[in-house]
Amino acid sequence: MEKYLILNTLNFPILSMLLIVPVVGAIVAMFLRGDTLLKFWGLAVTLATAVISLPLWTCFDQTTAKYQFVELRHWFPALNLEYVIGVDGISVLLVLLTTFVMPLCVLCSWTYIKIRMKEFIIVTLLMETAMLGVFMSMNTVLFYIFWEGMLVPMYLIIAIWGGARKDYASIKFFLYTFAGSIFLLVAIIAMYIKTGTFFIPELMDHSFTFAFQLWVFLACAIGFAIKMPMFPFHTWLPAAHVEAPVAGSVILASILLKMGGYGFLRFCLPMAPAATLYCVPYLLVMSLISIIVGGYLALGQSDIKKLIAYSSVGHMGFVTLGIFLLNDAGIKGAMLQMLNHGVTTGALFILIGIIYERTHSREISDNNKLGMFMPIYVTFLGIFSLSSLAFPGTNSFVGEFLVLFGAFDKYPLVGAVSILGAVLAAAYMLRLLQKMVWDDSDGHAHHGDDHGDDEHHLFDCNFREFIQLAFLTVFVFWIGLHPTPLLDMMDTSVAHLIHQVDAGSAVQEAVHHGEHHALLNNAGAWVKNLF
Amino acid sequence: MNTIITSKILITMLIPMITGLLVMFSGKKPNLRDSWSTLGAILTFASVLSFLPVIQAGDQLKYTLFELYPGISVTLNLDPLGVIFAMVASFLWILASLYCVGYMRGLDEHAQTRFYVCYAVSVGAAMGAAFAGNLFTLYLFYEIVSIFTYPLVMHHQDEEGYAGAKKYIVYLMFTSKAFLLPAMIMIYVLCGTLDFNTASIAQGIFPAEADRFVVGITYFLCLFGFAKAGIMPFHNWLPDAMVAPTPVSALLHAVVVVKVGVFSVCRVMLSIYGTNLLHETGLGLFTAYFVSFTILTASVIALTKTNLKARLAYSTVSQLSYIILGVAMLTPNSITGGLIHIANHALAKITLFFAAGCIFVASGKKDISEMGGLGKRMPFTMLAFGVASLGMIGAPPVGGFVTKWYLALGTMDIHNYILLGVLLLSSLLNAGYFVPIFLTAFFGKPLPADEGLTSSLETKPLIMFMVVPLVITGTLSALIGVYPDLFLNLINLLVKP
Repeated sequence: MEKYLILNTLNFPILSMLLIVPVVGAIVAMFLRGDTLLKFWGLAVTLATAVISLPLWTCFDQTTAKYQFVELRHWFPALNLEYVIGVDGISVLLVLLTTFVMPLCVLCSWTYIKIRMKEFIIVTLLMETAMLGVFMSMNTVLFYIFWEGMLVPMYLIIAIWGGARKDYASIKFFLYTFAGSIFLLVAIIAMYIKTGTFFIPELMDHSFTFAFQLWVFLACAIGFAIKMPMFPFHTWLPAAHVEAPVAGSVILASILLKMGGYGFLRFCLPMAPAATLYCVPYLLVMSLISIIVGGYLALGQSDIKKLIAYSSVGHMGFVTLGIFLLNDAGIKGAMLQMLNHGVTTGALFILIGIIYERTHSREISDNNKLGMFMPIYVTFLGIFSLSSLAFPGTNSFVGEFLVLFGAFDKYPLVGAVSILGAVLAAAYMLRLLQKMVWDDSDGHAHHGDDHGDDEHHLFDCNFREFIQLAFLTVFVFWIGLHPTPLLDMMDTSVAHLIHQVDAGSAVQEAVHHGEHHALLNNAGAWVKNLF
Repeated sequence: MNTIITSKILITMLIPMITGLLVMFSGKKPNLRDSWSTLGAILTFASVLSFLPVIQAGDQLKYTLFELYPGISVTLNLDPLGVIFAMVASFLWILASLYCVGYMRGLDEHAQTRFYVCYAVSVGAAMGAAFAGNLFTLYLFYEIVSIFTYPLVMHHQDEEGYAGAKKYIVYLMFTSKAFLLPAMIMIYVLCGTLDFNTASIAQGIFPAEADRFVVGITYFLCLFGFAKAGIMPFHNWLPDAMVAPTPVSALLHAVVVVKVGVFSVCRVMLSIYGTNLLHETGLGLFTAYFVSFTILTASVIALTKTNLKARLAYSTVSQLSYIILGVAMLTPNSITGGLIHIANHALAKITLFFAAGCIFVASGKKDISEMGGLGKRMPFTMLAFGVASLGMIGAPPVGGFVTKWYLALGTMDIHNYILLGVLLLSSLLNAGYFVPIFLTAFFGKPLPADEGLTSSLETKPLIMFMVVPLVITGTLSALIGVYPDLFLNLINLLVKP
C-alpha cells in the first residue's frame, strides 16, 4: 500500500480530528441553551476546525502525488474494507475551502436564522463533517456514506429554514441528487465485484475492459453531472438556491457543487480513462451548452439569487470544460475555478443575504440605487461581481484564463465558443451591478416615491458582515495576483492524473486491438473532424 | 540598451491611486480634497519626469510585481513609447485638476468626491497601461480604466447619462471580452509568453514558424478589441459618452481613455507583432487603408454636427486614427508622425474641450450656432480654441503640422499616393468643421437675446480656474509645433535604434 500513500507524520490524527470535531460540537450543542450561546458555539467549533486544518496547508508535500496525512484502521476485514482517509493535491484545497467557508456560514446566519437555532447549528456542523468526509475518503464505501450523509442535512436546511416554496425545492433537490447517487452506488458495487476492493487508488490502477469502463463512467458521470450541475440536469439548482437560507446557498454554491467536479477527477478520469477519452466530445459539448445556457438564462433573471444560481451553471460549465480538456492547464484551471467559485459565489450569496435582511426582497428592482445608502456594501458587491465576470487581477480570471488557454491549445473552436460564455458573464454581472448600485432609467420613476421611507432600513454593513466579506476579498486578490502557491500544490497530482489517463487509455488500446480499438479510433477521428 | 530592474517605477502608478484614497477620505472638506487632486497630479508628472533622463539615455526600467503563470505576469516596463504617453497624460492631469475645480463648482455638480476619486484612479490606471510590460498588464489596466470611467460618464445620473454609460460599458466590455481575451490567449498559445519585445520595434515576439493565418486572426482581434481607440465600426460609444461633464470629456475622452486605446493598439503593433511581420504579411498596409476610412468618415460626420461637443467627439474619432495610420505605414517617418500625434492631439483636443466646457459654464451655450459674437466676450478662450483648431487642421506652426509633415513623408517613403490623398482630403475636412466655429465666434451675429451684451465672461474667479489651464494648453500646443524635439528624440530612440 505504501506506493499509494504516506501515513500521517504529524503527532496528531489531523484528518480524523477534522471529521470528529464538528460531530462532537454537534453533540455538545444538543445540551446548550440560548440562541446566542449556540451561535457562538457553532462559530467556535467551525473556527476550531479551520485552525486544525491549517497544517494541511503548511505541511503539505508538493513533490508527491501520493495521498498524504493518511490514517488507516481496519474496519470490515471480511469485505476487505478499511477506514482510510487522506488527501492529495486534488482534494487538499477543497478540504481547506470547506473548513474556511463553514465559519462564514455560521456568521452569515447570525440574524438571518430566526427559528430553531439549536437544530440549525447541529445540522450545519454535521454537514461540515459529511462534506469533509467526501473529500478525504480513500475508499468508495466511505465516499458513498459521506456523499449520502450530506443529503439529509442539506435537505433539512432547505426544508426547515427555506423560503416560501421550500417544500418543492427541498424535495426536488433530494430526488435529483439521490437519483444521481443511486447510479454511483451501482458503479461502486460493480467495481467491487470485478476487483474485490473498495480502495480508490487500487481501483485507479486496475485496468477494466472498455465496455465495463464505459458503464462505470456513465453511471458515475450522471451522478456527478447532476451534482455539478451540468445542463440538462441543472434545474434543481435555481430552485434550491432561491429557497435555501443564506447559509444553505453558501454551502451549496461554495462546496456542494464542487463535489461533482471532484468526483469527475477522482472517479471518472482515473478509473475509466479509455471511456473518458471516448466520451470527451460529448462532455465538451455539454460543458459548452452549460456555459452558454447558464449565462443566457442568468441574463434574463429578475431575482438576484436566481441570477447567481444560473451563473453557477455557467461557471461549472467552465470547470467541466477544463476537466475534459485533459491537459495540464485545463485541469488546473478547472480546479482553481472550483475554489474561485467557492470564494466568489459564496460571497455573492452572503451579499444577497445581507440585502435580503434589510429589504426582504430578492428582486433586483426592489434593491436598486444602493450606492447612495450603502457604500461599503456596494464596494464589496463591485469587487465580487467583477471577480465573478473574471475581471483581470481577480481570482476567476486566472481560472478562466487557464481553462481557455487549455481549450485554445487543444481545440481552438471549443475555446472560441466558450468565449461567448465569458462575454455573457460580463453582460449579466454588469447588468446586475448597474441596477443595484445606480438604479436604471426604467426603475427611476418608481423609486422616488416608495423608497423614501425605506432608506433608514438600508444601513450599511455592520462589523460582522464586513469581516466575512473582507476575509473573502483577500482571497479574491490573492488568488488573482499570486496563484502560484495553489497551482504548485496541484501540480504533481494533476501531472499524475494526466499520466493515469494517458497510460490507462494506452493500455486499453494495446489490450483491445479488436473492435474497441476501432471504436476509439472512430471517436478520435470524430473529435478531429469536429474541432 | 540596458534594462534596469527597479521598484521605483511603481510610484507613478501608485501616486494617483493614493490620491484617490485621500480624496475619498477628505470628501467633507472640498478645498483639501481638490488640493489633493492637484498635488497628486503634480507628483505624478514629477515622477514621470524623474525617469526621463534614464529613458533618454536609451535605457529602460522594469519591475515584475506578480507572476501568475509562466510567461504571464504583472510587469511594469518603461520605454520611450510609454514615457511619451505617461508624460502627456500626467501633465494634462495637472491642468485638468485645476480646470475641474472651476467647472464642478461653477455648475455646483453633485457627488464631486466620487467624481474626483474615479478621475484619479482612471489616470492611475492609464499610467499603469503606459508602463505595462506585457499584454496581460496592459489588459488589466485597460479594463480598470473602463470600470472607473463608467461612473464618470453617467455622472449626471439622468436618463441620457445612463444610456450613454450603458453604451459605453457595453461597447468596451464586449469588445475586450469577445476579442481581446481570445487574442491574448491565442498569442500566449503561439508564443508561450505575453511579454512585449520593447528592445526593437521590428522584431515582435512571434516565433518564425507561427501560422500566419492564426497570427492574422489575433491581429484583427487586437485591433477591434481595443475599442477605446475608436476605430470604426466600434467608435459609437465615444459620441454618446460625451454626456459626461466636460472635464471628463476633456481629459478622459481626449487624453486618457481614447489614448489608452490608441496607445494599446500601437504598443501591440510595435511590441507584439513588430514592423517586419506586419510588413511581410501586408497587415500594416491593410490597417492603414482601414483606418483611412475612419479618418474620412468621422470627419464627414463631424461636419454635420451642430453641438460643439458632438463635433469634437467625431473629430476625436478621426484624429485618433491618424496615430494608427502613422504606425501602420511602418516607416520611421510615418511612425514618428503617428506617435508624436499622441502629444499633439492631446494638447490640442484638451484645449478644445476645455474651451467648450468654459463656454458652457460661462454662457450656458452648447450649440455652435448660438456662439455668435462670443469671441468678444471670451477672447482668451476663443483664441486658444482657434490655435488648437489650427493644430487639428495641421497648419503650421501648431503641433499638428509636425504630425502631418511626418505622415506625408511616410506616404512618400512607401510611394502611396492614395494615403497622401487621404491626408490632404482629411485636412480640408478638418478645416471645414473647425473654421466655421472660429468665424462664428468672432464675426458671427450674436443671438437676439445676446444682442448688446459686451461684458467679459472670463473675469469671475471660478471661470479663471478654467481659462488659465486652457490658455496654457493652447499655448503649449503651438509651442510643441515649433519645438517638437523632446518628443522627436524619444521617438527616434524607438525607430532608429
